[in-house]
Amino acid sequence: MAQVTLRKVVKAYEGDVQAVKGIDLDIADHEFVVLVGPSGCGKSTTLRMIAGLEEITSGEIAIGGEVVNDVPPRDRDIAMVFQNYALYPHMSVFDNMAFGLKLRHFDKAEIKRRVDEAARILDIVPLLARKPKALSGGQRQRVAMGRAIVRNPKVFLFDEPLSNLDAKLRVQMRTEIKKVHQTVRTTTIYVTHDQVEAMTLADRVVVMNHGVIEQVGPPQELYHCPATRFVAGFIGSPGMNFIPARLENGAGALRLHLPGDIVLPVPADRTGRYGAHAGRPVLLGLRPEHLTESRNTDRPNVAPFPATPEVVEPMGMETLVHFRIDGAEICGRIDPAVPAEPGRPLPMAADLNHMHLIETESGRVL
Amino acid sequence: MSERDAAIAARPLPVGPSGLPAAPAAQPTARRASRLQRIARRNSTIAFLMTLPLILLIGGLVVYPFCYAVYLAMLNKRMTRFVGLDNFTFLLGRETFQNVIWQSVVFAVSAVLLKALIGFILAHVLHALPSRGQRAWRGMLLVPWVIPPAISTLAWWWLFDPSYSAVNWLLAGFGAGPIPWLGEAGWARFAVILVNVWYGAPFFMIMYLAALKSVPDQLYEAAAIDGASFWQKLRYVTLPMMRNIISITVLFSLIVTFANFDIVRILTNGGPQDTTHVFATYAFQVGIQSGDIPLGASVSLFMFPLLAVFAVFVLRGINRRSKEIGA
Repeated sequence: MAQVTLRKVVKAYEGDVQAVKGIDLDIADHEFVVLVGPSGCGKSTTLRMIAGLEEITSGEIAIGGEVVNDVPPRDRDIAMVFQNYALYPHMSVFDNMAFGLKLRHFDKAEIKRRVDEAARILDIVPLLARKPKALSGGQRQRVAMGRAIVRNPKVFLFDEPLSNLDAKLRVQMRTEIKKVHQTVRTTTIYVTHDQVEAMTLADRVVVMNHGVIEQVGPPQELYHCPATRFVAGFIGSPGMNFIPARLENGAGALRLHLPGDIVLPVPADRTGRYGAHAGRPVLLGLRPEHLTESRNTDRPNVAPFPATPEVVEPMGMETLVHFRIDGAEICGRIDPAVPAEPGRPLPMAADLNHMHLIETESGRVL
Repeated sequence: MSERDAAIAARPLPVGPSGLPAAPAAQPTARRASRLQRIARRNSTIAFLMTLPLILLIGGLVVYPFCYAVYLAMLNKRMTRFVGLDNFTFLLGRETFQNVIWQSVVFAVSAVLLKALIGFILAHVLHALPSRGQRAWRGMLLVPWVIPPAISTLAWWWLFDPSYSAVNWLLAGFGAGPIPWLGEAGWARFAVILVNVWYGAPFFMIMYLAALKSVPDQLYEAAAIDGASFWQKLRYVTLPMMRNIISITVLFSLIVTFANFDIVRILTNGGPQDTTHVFATYAFQVGIQSGDIPLGASVSLFMFPLLAVFAVFVLRGINRRSKEIGA
């Protein structure tokens, strides 16, 4: 087990296309870190560089304190679980799991002990004699994890391992992966484009976009205190609402002027933080759960405003309502008991205690 | 009314294509028609009917000549009397034919092994090239396979010709003496194998290249992380993943090489002293040139049981592996 360090790591392809643009990252021993971002953000490339499957254009990668830039994958003491499992189709489950150990000349008894132990952890003991073709997607994924576990490597690398599974199995395997990590405590780097996976699995989430790290932090921190508009919009489902607004200073208090003549007061405790931006256009960021039916309006910083839902989506435990404010599509979460119909005005309330203001040009959260 | 008629009458009315009951008077005819319609509509029936022309063509071009050859092989030289397996026992007793069997096996096995080896290496080299350069090299390396073998073998014959051999001229440049390429048994055997390998290796190359491209890159990446070296990846990933293609290609090439005619016929004509004859050229010599058609037919049929047994084993192996790995 080991810590992983990335220093100014760059990956450039032919034609000077940079997939990863000089990222720095420190991953502690035993930590479960998830790299998350949209397609093409450089997360898989970063993982493959850590694995040694891609060469680094510049920068430095260290595993367990040792720089591994020129170390081939087999000498990095890492194990990787691939999106398509990458099981050897001509080998049995046992041989698939034992392959890495055989190549490292472990004795047969030790190989059997380790494979049996991993199979027991993953509940695949009855499958050991089968070929991968005779396994379901979930079982194949377990075998792929088993192949990683038996090696007892310094670092586990997961490259979108749940993407090929159906929604139900994905949730189940997510729990399995978390359990396995809690059991073996190996440093884990996990790549996904699914922010729910990132939030549920990670000790820390690394949000990447266009080859750079937008923010690193525990899931709750990313959710409640995003650093950029991208992180604010990417983390959370449904995503955060962004409403163009203008910050105005009047009589010692800041107010947000929204399209449609909606004026919202900025909480007094944020005056110092936002004061310098008065008179400038900004984006108001509010999560759907902070745009509810009009209730608790007597609470400080909860401002009522009118809305007319265009679409109503009952989810059971909540109902999502979609409406527009001057062209911007907004999503709110209301109590399922509240009657809501498309086209019928619905008084809403914005809980400004949880508001975010974003600088329009830079996309930085103020 | 008989029991059968009563049973028919008790059954519910058959439903016509329009969904209405068919007219009672037309019952048995309608039932027969609908059964025929059902059979005609079955996928297997349609498939059979659509492949029937091909089946008839194969029957006419393969099965009939084969059966006729078997019939001919059991006649005497004048084709007037049925002699059973006498032609075969006669052939087995002749030293020349024993040499033909030996030469055919050596020729086919060594040529196929060399073609497979060279094809495998070339496929790997091509696979490692960047895609832009790969296309040009692939085209160039396929040239020997594209040229009609009769023409290319003629070119080789000139290269090996004892009077003005270009190969010997080159060797002389290095101070090596002239080699009787086609005049001495050992060299003549080597020459026919060499030309066959030159002609057939590109076929193996293109088949293996296709097989290599179908091996998922992630298997190599997984093997690299598992700790495999280049040779271990070749042994534990590439070869097992290509086994079916290798088997099919070797089987196919073995059949074609065993039955090869043009290269030996043009290059050595079976000489010197019948030492380079293979089944096909010997069958031609005995059957057509010497006018003993039944004996020629017996020669040509000799390789059939050998190849049939080999083919059954290879195809069974392919079938088993396909079921196991889903390839």
